[in-house]
Amino acid sequence: MTATGITTPRPAPTSGIAVPSARRFLLWTGIVVLLIWVLLPIYFVALGAFGGRLGVFRWPKSIWPTDVSVAPMMQFLGIEGVFSALINSLIAAGLTVLFSVLLGAPAGYALARYAFRGQTAFRLMVLLTRAFPLAILALPLTVSFIRFGLYDTPFGVSLIHTVLALPFAVLVTQSLFMGIPREYEEAAWVFGCTRLQAFMKVVLPLALPGLAATAIFAFVISWNEVFAASILTVRERTLTAYLLKVLSESPLHYRFAGGFILIIPSVLFIFAVRRYLFAVWGIASK
Amino acid sequence: MTSRASWIPYALIAPAVLFLAAFFIVPLVQTIWLSFSSEEGVGLANYARMAGDLNFSLAIRNTFLLTAIVVPLQVALALLMAVMLTKIERGRDLVLWVLTIPLGISDLAAGLAWLAILQNTGYLNSALYGLGLIPGPTGWLTQETPVALFIGIVLAELWRATAIVLVIVVAGIQLIPKEFAEAAEIFGARPWTRFRKITLPLLKPSLQSALILRTVLAFEVFAVVYALGGTNFPVLAGEAYTWQNINQNYGVAAAYAVLIMAISLAATALYLSILRVRPEQQP
Repeated sequence: MTATGITTPRPAPTSGIAVPSARRFLLWTGIVVLLIWVLLPIYFVALGAFGGRLGVFRWPKSIWPTDVSVAPMMQFLGIEGVFSALINSLIAAGLTVLFSVLLGAPAGYALARYAFRGQTAFRLMVLLTRAFPLAILALPLTVSFIRFGLYDTPFGVSLIHTVLALPFAVLVTQSLFMGIPREYEEAAWVFGCTRLQAFMKVVLPLALPGLAATAIFAFVISWNEVFAASILTVRERTLTAYLLKVLSESPLHYRFAGGFILIIPSVLFIFAVRRYLFAVWGIASK
Repeated sequence: MTSRASWIPYALIAPAVLFLAAFFIVPLVQTIWLSFSSEEGVGLANYARMAGDLNFSLAIRNTFLLTAIVVPLQVALALLMAVMLTKIERGRDLVLWVLTIPLGISDLAAGLAWLAILQNTGYLNSALYGLGLIPGPTGWLTQETPVALFIGIVLAELWRATAIVLVIVVAGIQLIPKEFAEAAEIFGARPWTRFRKITLPLLKPSLQSALILRTVLAFEVFAVVYALGGTNFPVLAGEAYTWQNINQNYGVAAAYAVLIMAISLAATALYLSILRVRPEQQP
């Protein structure tokens, strides 16, 4: 992990020679344009979310905030169904985190530490999931979920979201455990620890930050998923399913408020895991 | 790094295997089965009904067109971003964070963010009005303006999903030994030549996974389209959703699902064969 946990700037190939100032100016202009390209839509949807009904129909619009207040957002959260949808989203995402880490980390550990028959087949199965549009597999589950009482529950939604997050969790934890030298564990065995004790006392503390990053990714995957959540819920909708359902009939400022709420956790989470982003995706894309 | 084979690794992977069997393999088989069975018995009735639907050819055309335009643009934009990032020394982490923010944003939220810009009294129209190009609020996301709606969806997808390509490409660039570029520089290779002859070929594995990932996701595109254009722009996953939730016809919905899966698998196989990576080409 230490070798791949890369966010420290690697000196650019050209950094030996000074970049001429005209080119430097061009470079930074380009960067600023890209930053604006990413941030501007978020800023505008925030203005829409806090501007209320009047803000939406103001014409022509100014790009500066005028009469923004938290009142429209509070009003949105007060609509029947919105708050419970928010809670359902949090429950589904929380359960997805739990399942994908609990199922994924042991499998990742097995791939990292043991050579066993069927290893390649298992890896292949995990990788194969990527070639499938997984959310669409929620379609046939409607019938069996109704039979088992899983339909229309955040728990049922979290099961299909775990399918999305699990392959990711397996591959990331595999590389995570490969980065923790086996000798540490062996030393603990020598000092009389059982395998489980050695894992809990030596490996787990070292793996914790990486596991946290895996958990956060699982959360974001579930929080953002629209298709399966919409198929598998009717009354106990998640926030994405709720927003999709009311999309055509709700006023614009409510849609923007919903969009803004969806965006916020993502921004914070990406900030929290930025150190792991490349390690995680560098590996997960192998 | 390995130890003797025992029951331990099997016990460790068993939960994940059982879970994937129950919620990946079983639904996969069920979907295929469901798509071939209907009231008239086992056969192609669902597929016939799917193909006979008014929206079917539109959905096929729109989804393919969107994928064919969005995915290459995303790769190009991500490469441009990645190369620019290698040139910055200070503030690189901050720039990288901002550029990867959309990674965590759902397609629904991305559609809604761009709706704020593109709606009738939105920011685009305000800007165009300020420049004197339009007389007043104008609709761009209607059935009468299919080209504008299409461009809007392309922009939203480009905005949202370039980040994932960027992350994969940046991770790939970090694996390329910088001695290669230094050597080429000593022999007088210009930046563009270095990019074409060194960076690009060594990035092939990364580009391959980015292309597979993005293409599979592009064929599933749905919420961003609904958020921007409602049902004005039919796409395959949207049709599957409509048949399932609104028409309550699970068979035709399953037929759409099988079609999307078949296209995704074909695309993956195509990328794997075109961009085959020989072991000696790995950085």
